[in-house]
Amino acid sequence: MSLQRDWRRARAIAWKDLTAERRSKAGFNAVTSLAITILVLFGFALGPDTRAVRDAAPGVIWLAALFAGVLAFNRSYQSELDGGALEQLVLYPGSRKAIYAGKLLANFVFVALMLAVVIVAGIILFQVVIPSEWPSLLAIILFGTIGLVTLGTFYAAMSSRSRAREVLLPLLLFPMLVPVLLAAMEATKSLLGGNMMGDAGAWARLLIVFDVVFLAATFLAFEAVIEV
Amino acid sequence: MSPSPIALAIDASGIARRFGVTWVLRGIDLRVAGGEVVGLLGANGTGKSTFLRIVGTLLRPHAGTVRVCGHDVVKDADSVRELVAYMAHAPGLYDNLTARENLRFAAAMLDRRDKEVDAVLERVGLIDVGNETVRAFSSGMQRRLAIGRLLLARPRLLLLDEPYSNLDQSGIELMNAVISDHADAGGAAVVVVHEIAPAAEVLDRTVTITEGRIAGQADDDHERTLIPVAASDR
Amino acid sequence: MTTSAPPIAGAIVAPRTSRWPIFGWFAFLFLIASQVTAILISPPDRDMGHLEKILYVHVPAAWMTMLAPLTVLFFGLRYLWQRREQDDLLAAAAAEVAAAFAGLTVILGMIWARPTWGVWWTWDARTTSTLVLFFILAGYLALRALIDDPDRRAQWSAVVGILGAINVPIVYMSVRWWRTIHQIQSSPSTVDPAYVIGLRLNAFAFLFLMIYFIRRRYEAALMERAAEHAARALALGVSGVANR
Repeated sequence: MSLQRDWRRARAIAWKDLTAERRSKAGFNAVTSLAITILVLFGFALGPDTRAVRDAAPGVIWLAALFAGVLAFNRSYQSELDGGALEQLVLYPGSRKAIYAGKLLANFVFVALMLAVVIVAGIILFQVVIPSEWPSLLAIILFGTIGLVTLGTFYAAMSSRSRAREVLLPLLLFPMLVPVLLAAMEATKSLLGGNMMGDAGAWARLLIVFDVVFLAATFLAFEAVIEV
Repeated sequence: MSPSPIALAIDASGIARRFGVTWVLRGIDLRVAGGEVVGLLGANGTGKSTFLRIVGTLLRPHAGTVRVCGHDVVKDADSVRELVAYMAHAPGLYDNLTARENLRFAAAMLDRRDKEVDAVLERVGLIDVGNETVRAFSSGMQRRLAIGRLLLARPRLLLLDEPYSNLDQSGIELMNAVISDHADAGGAAVVVVHEIAPAAEVLDRTVTITEGRIAGQADDDHERTLIPVAASDR
Repeated sequence: MTTSAPPIAGAIVAPRTSRWPIFGWFAFLFLIASQVTAILISPPDRDMGHLEKILYVHVPAAWMTMLAPLTVLFFGLRYLWQRREQDDLLAAAAAEVAAAFAGLTVILGMIWARPTWGVWWTWDARTTSTLVLFFILAGYLALRALIDDPDRRAQWSAVVGILGAINVPIVYMSVRWWRTIHQIQSSPSTVDPAYVIGLRLNAFAFLFLMIYFIRRRYEAALMERAAEHAARALALGVSGVANR
């Protein structure tokens, strides 16, 4: 019964975040445009040789998602900070884990949609060849996004309420994301390169382990962050 | 005739809290029974809001204990949150959502049924603007919506911080009606005000806080009883 | 009902340093002795020549860099359990010292790598994860610098420190796996017995030094807090800091 109640609360928070974001209009477009701009700039940095640019594509796409994602994560707490709604949110009875779950859900949808656009742009800009195992590729992208969104949502709960939030979030987040990014990038690179060494599967499994570890750790720690 | 401890909505003793190195609250004792409406008076910065927030579990006390209906606010904060509703000075609403959506969100978080939302909107006089976004609301209307959220919560203890600000006469009457109904049903309330006037008819007694300590109490007839502060205590 | 100034739970008392300065002298002298011993008794390496002497600073520094996050982890957990300000200040002191040691390890590693392999940086697992650890600690310290409320600062630092410490072995594993996959030669990890004594001696020397540094940093933090409390208490004319 209590699980049902927490699920209702998580859904309400996710719906509220996504609705507020949809109505503000500016957010998603700005973040996605930024990500694509980053792709283009990387293209200038690495190109115009097709080979160099195609090899770098997996890394570049994940990095673009990361840099743009940082903005999205800080924004996800904006609606609470503006009107003093965070106090009210924290005062509702029930588990704070439901708040975290709702925010995770909303950020996941946001970042997944952004990533979809960025990947299409990346395929075009970097002449990426879509491999036959594209369902596995989708799975890698899914798990990589989960890892990214988990740590981003968690650390943004602190950075969004501090000074210098634009600097603090990357500083806290990027070192923590090294394992997830490494695994996601390597698995993507490997699949796009035809998975010669068969290591894509190993990286994918590592990625899932990382996701589980970080999800568990952040769920346990969220209360301590949001209550003070 | 002191109320039995179990009936006490608030049982606070020795509450102290510092911000950085400044002690804002320096030893507050307060007992509020069910059905009582207590006003907290004092100049700005004397700790009234801080005390309210400690009772509401938003802040931890650095000394002393507070029990709400028998539950310690630090050790048993979850139970306290089920019993308490807090209205801050800031309305705490979502600008991009409509009035109805704000209340439906609150209903989901409070585990109340969606069906109650319209009745609440009716009660606070916002039923006609239910589908307008809060951004377009005046501050008085936002305060009414916040009152609506209190109605959804159906708490045993109401904690209100300057609830009359931005309210017109009918708004003040609404607020007082909500408080009286709540008290008649056995609920307790603590209301922080900077002047007694709007709340006079609902307050059972007032407590004045000066420099983090209780400096005076007054009962129904607002006869002030000053509590002497010994020179050595300062 | 009024009360006099409330006792501060777990009051910050200015520390009475008594034996620690002696320990400090001991640590420094031990370090000098260890360094001299190691330099004198170890023969020049077949490949590196006398460059290997730098390892007597680099390697112990690296070991200390691994130890310090454990300290941050332990005291962070203890703070969350008991909420005593002292635990937070100790964790912060450990993080600062760890950051210094991490920086030292990385720079010395670069100085050693250049003549040995011809490049400044090789992306090997140990140096890379030490660099990432440095940034984890930098983030921890930046967070502390940007938060004014002491309760929030202590609680958030504890969480960030704990998660950061947990991440360190994960990063190390990932980078090592990354290099293995790409079949890069890993740096030599076996040490000739001739060098073991020197390394062990210096490891202890660095351990003593690190404990001393953390303690001094912690004392400085305690004195700061105690001074702040006392000054304010004086200004308010309230009876001073109570001992608990």
